Amino acid sequence: MADATQQSFIRKIKMDRIITSYSHLHDNKVIVNGRLIFYQENILKFADFVKTVFKQEQIVYPRFYKMDAISKLGFLAVELVLKEQTIDGYDRDTVGVVLCNSSSSLETDIAHNDTIKDRTAYFPSPSVFVYTLPNIVIGEVCIKNKIKGENAFLISESFNGRLLCDYVDELFNSKRVDACLCGWVEVLGNNCNALMVLVENQDDEKVNKSPGFNPVIFNEENLNFIMKHN
Amino acid sequence: MKPVYILSDNIISSLGFTTAENILSLEKGTIGIRTVNDPALYPGPVQLSLVDTDQLNVKFSEVLAIHAKKNPPESFTRLEKFFIISIHNGLKSHPVAPGNPRTLLVISTTKGNINLLENQYKIMFSHHRLYLWELGNIVAKFFGFSNPPIIISNACISGVVAIMTASRFLQSGAYDHAVVTGGDIASEFVISGFQSFQAISPEPCKPFDLNRTGLSLGEGCGTMVLSTHPGNTGAPCIRVAGAATTNDANHISGPSRTGEELGGAIRKAMLQAMVTPMEVGYISAHGTATPFNDEMESKAIEFSKLSAVPVNSFKGYWGHTLGAAGIVESVAATSSLRNNFLYRSAGFETPGVPAALNVVTVNQPAELKICLKTASGFGGCNAAILYQKD
Repeated sequence: MADATQQSFIRKIKMDRIITSYSHLHDNKVIVNGRLIFYQENILKFADFVKTVFKQEQIVYPRFYKMDAISKLGFLAVELVLKEQTIDGYDRDTVGVVLCNSSSSLETDIAHNDTIKDRTAYFPSPSVFVYTLPNIVIGEVCIKNKIKGENAFLISESFNGRLLCDYVDELFNSKRVDACLCGWVEVLGNNCNALMVLVENQDDEKVNKSPGFNPVIFNEENLNFIMKHN
Repeated sequence: MKPVYILSDNIISSLGFTTAENILSLEKGTIGIRTVNDPALYPGPVQLSLVDTDQLNVKFSEVLAIHAKKNPPESFTRLEKFFIISIHNGLKSHPVAPGNPRTLLVISTTKGNINLLENQYKIMFSHHRLYLWELGNIVAKFFGFSNPPIIISNACISGVVAIMTASRFLQSGAYDHAVVTGGDIASEFVISGFQSFQAISPEPCKPFDLNRTGLSLGEGCGTMVLSTHPGNTGAPCIRVAGAATTNDANHISGPSRTGEELGGAIRKAMLQAMVTPMEVGYISAHGTATPFNDEMESKAIEFSKLSAVPVNSFKGYWGHTLGAAGIVESVAATSSLRNNFLYRSAGFETPGVPAALNVVTVNQPAELKICLKTASGFGGCNAAILYQKD
């Protein structure tokens, strides 16, 4: 009997963790909390895609233009999530950012490598080199939103909802975060895919109680569902 | 929450292929940073701490022979050899089975097989090897790990994040054992990048010194074998007592000017470990010897009320080993705990940071129970981890 009570208690804690806002950018499409906010019939180059969405959403942030591809994509995904659900109620050192992708910073690695492969034209540049780490996108997101909590960048061959859930659940369970941005940010050439979710505790008084989206439970199944169908 | 013990470890650096060899070098004061004139690494002379290639290949053949039954002949990259030798040595003294479904593998690296972008390697290795998950698969397959590895790539805090991540999955009961390994190689890619930042010192780096002018790059690999069951080796048990990361939210390539955020990571790690500043006996700092890093770190240490605690940086011995740094330096720091001995902070002569630090200037015995390891990196990330001897 005691065991059964304990089990249902543990399940309740898990149920209480919710996705309160999400964005998904892929294949010339942008979906935010179940709404298609951008779609382009003609195939766009990656740079044009993110720039067009950035302008359409009237985001004012000149730094955006200095960023590399992953940072632009991750930054945009987070802006779209936080436009719908604010994190203003939280101490910023209790907000985490946990991201994952497959190719690390390979796109920018190739750009830096191009500046050093010819000894007669040897021009490595700090403004390119600094982006040859996948976690720089976390830095960009943190700078924009003054987020100072736990951060980690994980690498996985393909989208891995289980890994993200395990990592982020542990952060919540051990009370290291009260809210967490969590997602997948992948760019290689013109192919991109970003899924970003804001995870919060349902019963936390700091949660904005009038989100534009009916929250769903934060778990592997729901992450996979958003990735596949939204 | 379950306690997490360090069962065994390994360091591969310019100073040796085992923890014991490396610690002996620290005792003798041997420095592994040298002037290197190798056009394959940089067009001009540069200070580097390199793993000896001939020795690497000898050691690797030995390990390969032991594992030959399970592994068909295949070529391995320099970094893959680092990982394989380091894990092999790390597992030698303790019977944690990679194939056990309760064993986790966590790998940290900043750049993985980045040298494979160079033309000379393109014919030897598949393009796939550039992906960090493929590197992880190769290492995991070699030892027969049954779980897919968790791969952390979080700039210069990667190694500490890897130990922290493994510890958390052990504390929560998700796994019983973890092999945590971190490595990076010296490559033209990374050397040219840091040179473009004018961040590389023209002489071996001088952490916390008045005349420090930048870092020295190194290569290497470190492994820690963790378990929720204490080993029965007879040696004192050392636990991972607490760990945390924070972000500066300030700049992507420069550290915080105040050190408050690294201070925040230290505070959170101490809170988790239920340790007060008075109880911390030693700090193994990040200490890269760039002007701004060491300045920030001194402020963070002051902010955390740890200014009187003996502090050193191992980077004066084997340079900044990037994705390996957090692990090799944790192994060295926990050796200090185990042996009750503090190593001189190589390269330090004249105090040169704004907040006073108690830098270790001579090798000396010291009664130690708790040590703090810190790390900071590009992207504004900070990490702090505490080790405690029971």
